Parts: sequence; structure tokens; C-alpha cells
Amino acid sequence: MEPEPIKKVSIVVSKGSLDGIYPGLIMANGARMAGIEAMMFFTFFGLEGIMKETMDHLKVATVGNPAMRAPKDWGGWRIPTVLGGVPGMSTFATHMMKQEMENLDIPPVGEFIEMIHDSSGEIYACKAAMDMFKFKPEDLCDDVDGILTVGDFYEKSAGAQIIFT
Amino acid sequence: MATEEIAGHSVEFDTEGFMVDHTLWNEDIAREIAQKEGIGELTERHFDVLKFMRQEFKEKGDGPSIRALKNRGGIPTRELYELFPGGPAKKAARIAGIKKPTGCV
Repeated sequence: MEPEPIKKVSIVVSKGSLDGIYPGLIMANGARMAGIEAMMFFTFFGLEGIMKETMDHLKVATVGNPAMRAPKDWGGWRIPTVLGGVPGMSTFATHMMKQEMENLDIPPVGEFIEMIHDSSGEIYACKAAMDMFKFKPEDLCDDVDGILTVGDFYEKSAGAQIIFT
Repeated sequence: MATEEIAGHSVEFDTEGFMVDHTLWNEDIAREIAQKEGIGELTERHFDVLKFMRQEFKEKGDGPSIRALKNRGGIPTRELYELFPGGPAKKAARIAGIKKPTGCV
């Protein structure tokens, strides 16, 4: 028997660094492009990705990341973990990554969220995380469809593959 | 590989249903592929998308991203999904007669 194709994905985004947010965005957008239903659930630091104030100012995490390296055409050198915390390192790595992404036509976070929403992908914020950080609904960008409890999240994820990032 | 008779032409498709030779494409072929893809009758707006995709493919050797369609092709994302429901990336590329797009976005 042919394996059943994926019909719906439900993607949890729990990290707030640039490299923590993008995988979820690319997977959600890619799902919609392939005709797969997609919903995104931003929780904990992942909320940074849907907050008006922060979404377009996220940074790459350079501390504690032994895999941190430059693209091959930039020399491919690695940033030693001990230098990850040097002032300006995260800003530099972020600049580098944003430029590479622009070359690949990967949009900035705000535009990406809007594209996913415009393609009928649903965007939700986690109630517990909103309460914990004392965020208000008006802190969220306009593309957010609502704030869900974890119970609501499971209900809306009926029939979906849940992916945690 | 499969060869099919489409709109009076013998057209070759790869295993995923993309035209092997994009230069054979014409609007009648597009209309027939669109029927098979379940898109139905093509409108002027569909052809705006298809023509932009073909132009990008000719210039860059790859179909445009959804973002390029929006920002440079003037096709809002919401409209693109309405025109090609059920996955614009592959469907529109098949109807445009170009190869499967290689980008992830």
C-alpha cells in the first residue's frame, strides 16, 4: 500500500533566535506551497517571531553553538565557541545570515509570516507563554489568528503531524 | 518519461509531470494541462502568473519563488493560492511548462 501523503502540519516554534524561528517558517511555507495545510504555534521565546516590536530584529545565537560557521564563499571559517560571546559577534553573524537568505529569496520574518498567513497558513500564540511574559494581544503582529491554550492547540491540530522546533 | 498528445502536439513529460522541453509550450497546451491539474479554465490572471514564471525560468534557469511572484511579478500571495489551489509551486510550474522549481521558498 502507498504511504498516506501528509495533509496537514502543525508546527511549534519555541525558540526566539533567527536560526530558531526560520526552520519553522520555511517548513510552514513549504507545506502550503505543496498544498499541505499548515498552522504555526509560537510559544516561549518563539513569541519573539510574531511580536511587532521584535520580529524583524531577531539575531543569530552565537553563544554555545560549536557548528557556527561562515558560508563557504565567505571562507567557511568557524567562530570558536569561546568567541561567540564577544560583543558584536551575534550582530555580525546575523548580518551575514540575512544577506545569504536575501540571496536565496527567503523573506525577512515579518514578510514571511504575512506570506504564510496570506496562503491560509494559521498563526497562533501560546496563552501560557503570553501570560508568562505579560504580553498583550496588541503586542502581536496583525497576521496572528489568535491565542491558544495547549488544549486548543491539540484540538486545532486534529489530523495533523505535529513538528516541534 | 511519458509522451502525450496535447493540443495537437506530441509533448514529453518527466516522471513528475513537468514538460521536458519548455520551448514547445503554448497557451493551448497550458489550457489542457490546467484541466488535468484540476485548475479548470485559465483566465488572463493565470496567464500573468504563467508568463512571469516562464520569463524567470528563461532568465535564471529556475522558476520564481512565491516571494518573487509577489514582489516582482505583482501577484499577491493570497491571489496566487486562489488561482492555483492545492499547491501553486508545482501546479503552476507544470502548467507553465517549466521544470520543477528547485527553491525551498
